[in-house]
Amino acid sequence: MNESKDRNENGVDRRAFLKTGLGVAGGILLPGIPNIVFAADKYPALANYPDGVSGDSVFVGLAVDLTGPYSAEGADERKGYELAAEQINEGNSAVHKMSPLTKKGVLGKKLTYGVADSETKPNTAVQAATRFIHENKAMMVTGSVSSAVAIALEKVCDREKTIYLATISGSNETTGVDCQRYGFRLCYYAYSASKAIAPVLAKSLGKNRKAAYLVPDYTYGHTTHDSMVEFTGKEGWTEVGQQVHPLGAKDYSSYLINIANSGADTLVVIDYGADAVNSIKQAKQFGILDKMSLVVPYMSPFLGEEVGPEIMQGVYGSMGFWWTLEDTYPVAKEFVAAFEKKFNEKPHDSAYIAYLNLLLWADAVERAGTFYGPEVVKSYEKGVKREGPVGEVWFRGDDHQGIVNFPIVRGKKPGDMKNKDDLFEIVTVANGAEFVAPVGHFGCKLGAYV
Amino acid sequence: MPSMSLVLSQLFNGLAEGLLLALIATGLTIIYGTLGIINFAHGALFVVGAYAGYTVFGATNSFVLAILAGSAVTLVVGLIMERSIVRLYYGRPPEDQLLVTFGIGIILVELVRASYGGIGQSMPEPTWGQGIVPMGFLIYPLYRLEILAISAATLAVLYVVLYRTRIGLIVRAGIEDSLMVNILGINVKRVFLLVFGIGAMAAGYAGVIDAPIVSLTPDMDARILVDSFVVVVIGGVGSFPGAIVGGVIAGEILSLTSMFNPAYSDVMLFAVMALVLILRPQGLMGSEGRE
Repeated sequence: MNESKDRNENGVDRRAFLKTGLGVAGGILLPGIPNIVFAADKYPALANYPDGVSGDSVFVGLAVDLTGPYSAEGADERKGYELAAEQINEGNSAVHKMSPLTKKGVLGKKLTYGVADSETKPNTAVQAATRFIHENKAMMVTGSVSSAVAIALEKVCDREKTIYLATISGSNETTGVDCQRYGFRLCYYAYSASKAIAPVLAKSLGKNRKAAYLVPDYTYGHTTHDSMVEFTGKEGWTEVGQQVHPLGAKDYSSYLINIANSGADTLVVIDYGADAVNSIKQAKQFGILDKMSLVVPYMSPFLGEEVGPEIMQGVYGSMGFWWTLEDTYPVAKEFVAAFEKKFNEKPHDSAYIAYLNLLLWADAVERAGTFYGPEVVKSYEKGVKREGPVGEVWFRGDDHQGIVNFPIVRGKKPGDMKNKDDLFEIVTVANGAEFVAPVGHFGCKLGAYV
Repeated sequence: MPSMSLVLSQLFNGLAEGLLLALIATGLTIIYGTLGIINFAHGALFVVGAYAGYTVFGATNSFVLAILAGSAVTLVVGLIMERSIVRLYYGRPPEDQLLVTFGIGIILVELVRASYGGIGQSMPEPTWGQGIVPMGFLIYPLYRLEILAISAATLAVLYVVLYRTRIGLIVRAGIEDSLMVNILGINVKRVFLLVFGIGAMAAGYAGVIDAPIVSLTPDMDARILVDSFVVVVIGGVGSFPGAIVGGVIAGEILSLTSMFNPAYSDVMLFAVMALVLILRPQGLMGSEGRE
């Protein structure tokens, strides 16, 4: 090294300066080194923190419906989680739009998970979640299709100070009157679906229609019915009949006969999963769909496949995700491609929300820099916007409701389908921020952090 | 107050729904009545039959072949069930029988789920069953009218077999007093095997008949099992005419209640069942006591 370059005007040797500087810096840091080592204990112990992350992995509990009326959606959710976990653990670049700080794993720890069958029953789900928390030291629990399950899991996880991410939950109450400090609901729901679809329906089917409703008898059914009546009412629609039926009913003949006698010109099916397929199939068999237009405001992910395009053509509805969004959103294209590569099928909105949920959780934890519950919750509440498969996505701090865009779809005519998966046409993509309910509209009061 | 035409419509629908329920429950009542076994795999056998029929229909496009396939498969499954496991439980307390058949039911349902997945499968109506029939006060699907006829015919055939044939006589005698039948030199074991097989076959047969109306999912078994039990409890254990009466009553309760408050139709059904259990525990047409 040329000596003349290493000396500046004052004659200080650069190398010597650097050595001294480092020595001084090290000396200053020395008392601080214990602080760095104990940074992990900056937070007190709470729930499974820090025990659950004392090793080199972090456990997440997946309570999905593998049996029961929503089992197809539950199985799809599981696939979404698996893809997300795999991508997070390998530090796949696909992750970085939603969780830019992720390198490998979550805060460097390998993401492991367990799957339990909620059976679409709140009791079973709660038992599974409790086992995840106490036996597996889960740092987070997620998974739901039924709102009854989501609300039950929110409550138990809040009591256990463990974060719970609802996946599919359509009821207004999940981030309304039943909201919890440790509960988060990413997906769109009854209010936003109804508000977004009502103007589309008015434009395509007309104003001042007479609607009959088929409603499953639980929280999701009732709140979706109420929201639809509210928003279609603004377009002049009236309700001429409502048939509330038990969840899981097989034979809809008596309800459909009542509806046929109601003088309605529109049938609004609030049912979800197998119930929707049964009621729609039977409505067709009773000739009701020849006399009335069919609307399914909150469509279950596999409705198109299960009912078939002959019946679904021209039917309007909303979904969390439809794979042809890949034509307009590059992140969606990446997601659909990765999913198809791994599972040999197109993802549905159950898989999409599961995937996004896990990635946004990884992001919240990375930003918090810790797994300590209250810090992760606050990290979510900051409402940092990320780019998801359907545009910007973030969580609202006041009630933990996710703001996501979602498509309004219409069933394609069989002749217009380009392939067997091309069941729906995307009419418009609803802006999540525009259609989400105003804060406090459903009476949310978040509880304590500890 | 609902209109006259609506009342007539629901009365008719209740009858159709009821006969279908009776058909579905027949397998359960035959087994329970003859063998005293509470077959909790009844719903699962229904599912197995439905999926077997669906598969054969997909391959051959013949509804008749689908029915034959569904019945044959569940007959075989029933015979295997009886010979391998169930016959070991004849003397055991009812809880044990319940648990073992329930367990078999879970295995059957999960085998179906593993083979076909959880997504609902659709079986169309047969070509001779498509369309709707205007009936004056009501527009009714043609296929449901045909189910009404099929159910009635099947139940009639079963009635003739049970009450007008020798084998039917033996089965009914076996219900009354299996020890005596044994003493009379009749191979009761073989009779029981046959009865279990027929009961299972009836469940599978009903599964195929019902398939065009519903979306086929592996979890259908839960609702079927509950419905069948309600019918059997109301109509009477071990009584074949009781199954028909119980079915029709159940169907009418569901239909008529829905006119006033559809959310309560299930509640009314169970309330009536509870009432029957309190006032007449053996069911409307069941016989008193059964060791």
